[in-house]
Amino acid sequence: MNVERRKFDALIIGAGGGGLRAALQLARADAQVAVVSKVFPTRSHTVAAQGGVNAALANVLPDNWHWHMFDTVKGSDYLGDQDAIEYMCRAAPKAVYELEHAGVPFSRLENGRIYQRAFGGQSQDFGGEQAARTCAAADRTGHAILHTLYQQNIRARTHFFDEYFAIDLIRDREGYVLGALVMSIESGECLLIEAKATLIATGGAGQLFRTCTNALINTGDGIAMAMRAGVPAQDMEFFQFHPTGIAGKGMLITEGARGEGGYLINREGERFMERYAPHARDLASRDVVARAIATEVREGRGCGPEGDHVLLKVDHLGEEVVAKRLPGIRELALTFLHIDPAKEPIPVYPTAHYTMGGIPTNRFGQVVAPVRHGPEEPVPGLYAAGECACVSVHGANRLGGNSLLDIIVFGRAAARHIVGFLQENRYHRPLERESVERALEHRARWDRKGKGEPVAEIRRELRKVMEEHCGVFRDQQVLSEGLDKVKALAERLQEAVISDHSRIFNTARVEAMETENLMDLALATVTSALARTESRGAHSRIDFPERDDENWMKHTLCFADGRLDYKPVRTRPLTVDPFPPKPRVY
Amino acid sequence: MPMRFSIYRYDPDRDARPHMQEYELAEVRPGMMLLEALIELKRQDESLGFRRSCQEGVCGSDAMNINGRNGLACITPLKDLKEPVTLRPLPGMPVIRDLIVDMEPFYRQYRAVKPWLTGETPEVEREQLQSPEERERLDGLYECILCACCSTSCPSFWWNPERFLGPAALLQAWRFLADSRDQATDQRLSLLEGNYRLFRCHTIMNCVEVCPKGLNPTRAIGRIKALMVKKSV
Repeated sequence: MNVERRKFDALIIGAGGGGLRAALQLARADAQVAVVSKVFPTRSHTVAAQGGVNAALANVLPDNWHWHMFDTVKGSDYLGDQDAIEYMCRAAPKAVYELEHAGVPFSRLENGRIYQRAFGGQSQDFGGEQAARTCAAADRTGHAILHTLYQQNIRARTHFFDEYFAIDLIRDREGYVLGALVMSIESGECLLIEAKATLIATGGAGQLFRTCTNALINTGDGIAMAMRAGVPAQDMEFFQFHPTGIAGKGMLITEGARGEGGYLINREGERFMERYAPHARDLASRDVVARAIATEVREGRGCGPEGDHVLLKVDHLGEEVVAKRLPGIRELALTFLHIDPAKEPIPVYPTAHYTMGGIPTNRFGQVVAPVRHGPEEPVPGLYAAGECACVSVHGANRLGGNSLLDIIVFGRAAARHIVGFLQENRYHRPLERESVERALEHRARWDRKGKGEPVAEIRRELRKVMEEHCGVFRDQQVLSEGLDKVKALAERLQEAVISDHSRIFNTARVEAMETENLMDLALATVTSALARTESRGAHSRIDFPERDDENWMKHTLCFADGRLDYKPVRTRPLTVDPFPPKPRVY
Repeated sequence: MPMRFSIYRYDPDRDARPHMQEYELAEVRPGMMLLEALIELKRQDESLGFRRSCQEGVCGSDAMNINGRNGLACITPLKDLKEPVTLRPLPGMPVIRDLIVDMEPFYRQYRAVKPWLTGETPEVEREQLQSPEERERLDGLYECILCACCSTSCPSFWWNPERFLGPAALLQAWRFLADSRDQATDQRLSLLEGNYRLFRCHTIMNCVEVCPKGLNPTRAIGRIKALMVKKSV
């Protein structure tokens, strides 16, 4: 085992908002913490979050955490775990105040308090009038949060391994996770980081789809790594399509645009959301709005010469609102469409956006898997938080503004649990050679030379297959064809090679390993989607249009070999009465 | 219409010295950005190295020197570029490989200004108050994406990369000085004293010219100088 070794108390893989929030908590508890990230921390995808973070601060309209909880459970189409949702909604105000104290430049109200805007799926009084729960820093909230958390981590002297790619977890025969094998992208050298606790915070896998709002780095590396270590991926069939991506390109136009008073129209100029969601209209849940747009286009009421999109109007809000509350999306529209949203509507279409599924965890951030005693046995030493995790607070459909909340609440919760775990596990466990050698072999796979197909072509095809076979609307035939195609691509990937074998900053090798990760997640996604014969949240089966609570109010678990298992939804909250499933209307 | 590119190549594992390599992109789609072209060229030659992530100008990964001017590839439209499009790494920084530079000297200067809010311990159960006018003073400052386009186009930073903090770091210094919640004004100003850290700015304004986010570090530097003067009288 000729590889350099470093030892830390805790290892965090991923330096987005979830990883950095956890790192800060651990550093403040005097734990030695290492953060590994394949990009410099402020390049993580949290930076692109626009609209804001939900918390029932009641700064603008009456609000409380219990209403927030109701909206989140309903938004999840009753697949969310109600203990975790109660925990998150209760913790939200404190978590946001902590961010403010750390320096986040939130927009402000006249009285000096944090500005809050309306967002989709939010209500007062358990389904009543629209609420205003989303705390915003203009439309650059993710940027503001990520930079602030990074700044506070510099202050706390967190140890960063920037531009290191995590290859595999190290796990011993008793099931303990002992750290990870990582690779310096700059030098190509491997490094073994031993840690008593490892937190995966690697974000989502939007790169599964051709048109997506996600950065190129969002390849689901942590979820795939966990699957290779024997942990199933949970609820992967639930992938959020954001209603308003820039048509044909995919860049995100925040839901905050509708929260500020924008609305959607079809080719007849009709505010069509009134037909689909008479009460909430343009601020219905994202799955509802995305399906409505896709339906308008399918039925011939789309805009433009191809009739392939609808229009988002914000021009009636006036120059000042656009300049002050939506400056970032104005910049995007000007750059990519040469359109000023203060003057003209923006062409939009649903775009792959968010991975609701992921690594199964409990509300302490512990990774849980079926081992011996039931479906939720903690994997010792392994934690996950943020988009890569499935707690599950988002269930079948995430509410806008709940993802930034998820990362800060569960980043912090996981770190707090790790602090306790470190007290009980004071020493590093001995490493087993085999586990390290398996990871080194995985790293060596792309050293293979000779003839073979280039990886980039397979990645392109995979994204096209996923878009065509696992999109907004699905059915048995489309999905099973999709599964065959993904399996064929997976076989081709086995034979693929890269032509660049330089040690120094070899991006071809990193992209090849990312493609392996995407392939594993594509298989899990299509397999899970094909099996779920109902429509719930973001998973819409044309052949099974109804929600089927009797048979399907359960979480999917998909293992690396394609085997499926299921576990019940946690319907009991911590202190309040459960919200039983009801028909979901907006 | 095909488009021609001339790209700086250097892989220390393989090359004795850097060279320029010619590429041709067969098809330029309308509205195509430079980053999309680079991704297409990387399909032809996967050894071509560059950083990239968000593709929409918010992560700051893909700063490079484009026809002599620093910018972000992902928000630079191809149609505005003269051929052959000449791409070089950011000037004045050590090259790791191809268009990838060692950003550490830049990050070091960023860290040197202690870019974090330093205040009194606030009450835990509520936010600190800040008026909309006080908050507005942070506009044009907090949006920096640390792409380094500005600092690496600044002649003063080229000559004194160790001693002059550079426009990006100084913009962040002012971002915290300007924040009504920050209580460390005196310490922040004393960090900037001396002939180099702040005062090597000769208002050449390259930073303002190239900032892909439309920010104005020169103005921020001017405000810091004004505050120093005010504090010293």
